[in-house]
Amino acid sequence: MKVDLTVNGSQHTVDVADNALLSDVLRETLGLTGTHVGCDTSQCGACTVHLDGRSVKACTVLAGQADGGDVTTIEGIANGDDLHPMQVAFRANHALQCGFCTPGMIMSAIDLVQTADSPLSAEEVREGLEGNFCRCTGYHNIVKAVLDAQANM
Amino acid sequence: MNAETGIGASVLRKEDARFITGKGQYTDDISVFGQTHCVFVRSPHARAKINSINTDAAMAVDGVIRVFTGGELVEDGIGDLPCGWVVTSKDGTPMVAPPHPPIATSVVNYVGEPYAFVVAETLQAARDGAEAVEADFEILEAVVDTATASSSTQIHENAPSNQAYDWELGDKEATDAAFAAADHVTTLDITNNRLIPNAIEPRAALGSYDAASSTYTLYTTSQNPHVERVVLALFVNVAPEANLRVISPDVGGGFGSKIFVYAEETAVIWASAKVGRPIKWRADRTESFLADAHGRDHVTKAELALSSEGEMLGLRVKTIANMGAYLSTFSSSVPTYLYGTLMAGQYKTPAIYVETQAVFTNTAPVDAYRGAGRPEATYVVERIVETAARELNMDPVELRRKNFIPPDAFPYQTPVALEYDTGNYAASMGKALEIADHDSYAARKAASEGNGKLRGRGYSCYIEACGIAPSQLVISLGAGVGLFESAEVRVDVSGSVTVMTGSHSHGQGHETTFAQLVSDRLGIPFDSVNVIHGDTGRSDYGLGTYGSRSIAVGGSAIDRALDKIIAKGKKIAAHMFETTDDQVEFAEGQFSYAGSNEPKPFAEIAGAAYIPAVYPLDELEPGLSEKAFYDPQNFTYPAGSYVCEVEIDPSTGVTEIQKFVAVDDFGNVINPMIVEGQVHGGLAQGIGQALLEHGIYDADGNLSTGSYMDYAMPRAADLPDFEVDMTSTPCTHNPLGVKGCGEAGAIGSPAAVMNAITDALGVKDVPMPATPHTVWETIQQGA
Repeated sequence: MKVDLTVNGSQHTVDVADNALLSDVLRETLGLTGTHVGCDTSQCGACTVHLDGRSVKACTVLAGQADGGDVTTIEGIANGDDLHPMQVAFRANHALQCGFCTPGMIMSAIDLVQTADSPLSAEEVREGLEGNFCRCTGYHNIVKAVLDAQANM
Repeated sequence: MNAETGIGASVLRKEDARFITGKGQYTDDISVFGQTHCVFVRSPHARAKINSINTDAAMAVDGVIRVFTGGELVEDGIGDLPCGWVVTSKDGTPMVAPPHPPIATSVVNYVGEPYAFVVAETLQAARDGAEAVEADFEILEAVVDTATASSSTQIHENAPSNQAYDWELGDKEATDAAFAAADHVTTLDITNNRLIPNAIEPRAALGSYDAASSTYTLYTTSQNPHVERVVLALFVNVAPEANLRVISPDVGGGFGSKIFVYAEETAVIWASAKVGRPIKWRADRTESFLADAHGRDHVTKAELALSSEGEMLGLRVKTIANMGAYLSTFSSSVPTYLYGTLMAGQYKTPAIYVETQAVFTNTAPVDAYRGAGRPEATYVVERIVETAARELNMDPVELRRKNFIPPDAFPYQTPVALEYDTGNYAASMGKALEIADHDSYAARKAASEGNGKLRGRGYSCYIEACGIAPSQLVISLGAGVGLFESAEVRVDVSGSVTVMTGSHSHGQGHETTFAQLVSDRLGIPFDSVNVIHGDTGRSDYGLGTYGSRSIAVGGSAIDRALDKIIAKGKKIAAHMFETTDDQVEFAEGQFSYAGSNEPKPFAEIAGAAYIPAVYPLDELEPGLSEKAFYDPQNFTYPAGSYVCEVEIDPSTGVTEIQKFVAVDDFGNVINPMIVEGQVHGGLAQGIGQALLEHGIYDADGNLSTGSYMDYAMPRAADLPDFEVDMTSTPCTHNPLGVKGCGEAGAIGSPAAVMNAITDALGVKDVPMPATPHTVWETIQQGA
């Protein structure tokens, strides 16, 4: 099937199998390997991207479901060399180690902050990141980073 | 030195630039022209005889290129997956290592063991092909339970009583005498729950063969690519070592599980030559659960002999360690030399005797997982010390203080083989208690009780042994590898530096820490140092990263190479100053001579080295590039004190960690930010073990916890903020005074949590993980 997607501002028409996942299209067809796949049960969140402005787990969205959609991946959130405040905060707070969960974590965290009605507490950040696993950091510095970025978004 | 980037500065990480922008290159991100895809066909049975395998239907699937079975690898001379450390039993016999073909041939011994694999044009076709492979199994009785394995059906022909070995350490007679003279004996029967490592990046491999040069290239998720290469060459017989290049690019966490040489990369690299095209494989998460080496799984009886004043007189430990179905790469060393040797803990207990019986079961192989033996040892020692204090009505802090090895007793020879070089255990304990507001605990406990909650407090004072060494001692104990590390420092003509290290970073931040070390010693800008790792085609033979060894062994190797660089730089400078090299000083990036007021910056000497105009080439070779292999004289011994306070809701059994304080002594620290991050991660895994995680097999050997829907990984809301601090007694035997920090958190924390929970509940033991259900049941039994 043919699927039209806008990915990080660029328009693509891709010819994919009916059962192709959005994560497959991003990684295999478009070469955007920053979106990682860490599980097969929609639990780890490493594949999180934004679809029409909201975070989704790209391993759980069929490419066909995203037809006509606007997708943003980790590769698309910086403005040239000007990093997104969440990217800056993750580095400044040592909120990543192996880096594998990081793209999904950053994409979830951006959505979490953007959709909050009022500034998030540390506890709310912890609850809000329940869909993303990190095995390296113990989340301690991720929480700090999200609170830090929140002040600059 | 530069205060912003030198040793001791919390420099932000170089590697983050690619990770936060999605530009990391993990194995599955790499694709090569003409690559095919591979799916493994795995046993649905815990133990079965393979009568036949029919691949006809699989070969008929559109897109399938080849289907391989284990017999084809054997016919081609591919050997078994080896275990690299031969442990000797009490009776002097070597351990039993059952045959472990990469792809099962005649029997399968755990659910998930591969017995065939399919190579296809697409991943979907490979999956369809794998579905179509038919096998006729004769199902056999499976052995699952650790405690009863030795009296169960025999799994392997060469392993009576399902025993791999029955090992001992320490003086049995002296320990028995200590117990005979004791006023009090505390006994504790405990288990150490099976864990599944779960690096978030699943294992993966991309193998290719170049017929024109007869060379193989394997990209894989390895913590130690050189070890992978030598095992594949020397034991598995895939290819001569010189014809095999192993590259571990960015690796998404390891925690031990990516040390080992597994079936999958072996099959992929071998088959790439048969198929004549590159082959890629990436584990699904369920495959990770089934086929990554698991961790822990001990059943232990421990006894502690004490005087009536709380003096620890003797410790007796008898452990059954579940090895799973086969001996994985370094599995045999984990419940022996990385376990029994740690039983002195931080204490001057004079007599210790440890026995470990290693048993086979029809479960996934068990090998090193973050801490590897040392968390299990700490759990035994720190749980029984706390229990003894309660039985003697002593403050557990005071009991520990009374028995700590004092600072003036180092170097200290323990009764279980190790010689600790340095430490100050009371200092860490004092700092931890201060941070934990130890003295105001009664008010917090009263407040919890006022809210209908149970509050408890627990401690854990762990000892760790990092940077396993020296090689000759460890080889004499059965290890089949050296335990040094290599480094090469290549100074460029312009004075920038490329460092090749045999260590491998899969989250530890070596590109930053090692660059700090080099920039600090050479007095050159941090940004002009580039650290390369993870490629056997680029760096010299190295042992990789595990056992918290990278700074203590790999960092020391870099330091030694820097010594050589500076020594040669002095020789070159001496010619420029028209003096001798013993008259040349090097500091702050400048070579200087008392007879000259024009010091030579490092970059000028680098240029002179490569544009050899000023020194005689019959005395001095051109260039400035040096190598070092560093073999430590001893382990390093990080230690620390952890304090945990929990609050339990008796109506639900939910445990909330309200305070977790970790004070560690890692000796000198290069980058405190990175070190604290390592502690955080270790604590999360240790608290995960205590409260959440458990790899469970049912009675038939099916893995009940085979996905993230069943295995409780710690999520952000499951964990507290950590209060982390440090003390320092620098290591006395390596040039940097460093000890290592990667595993400490996972080693020290389970006992602290479980001591707090048992304190809150007023019971002797609660099995890990202390899930709400387990805690609630414990409360009900007491009610």
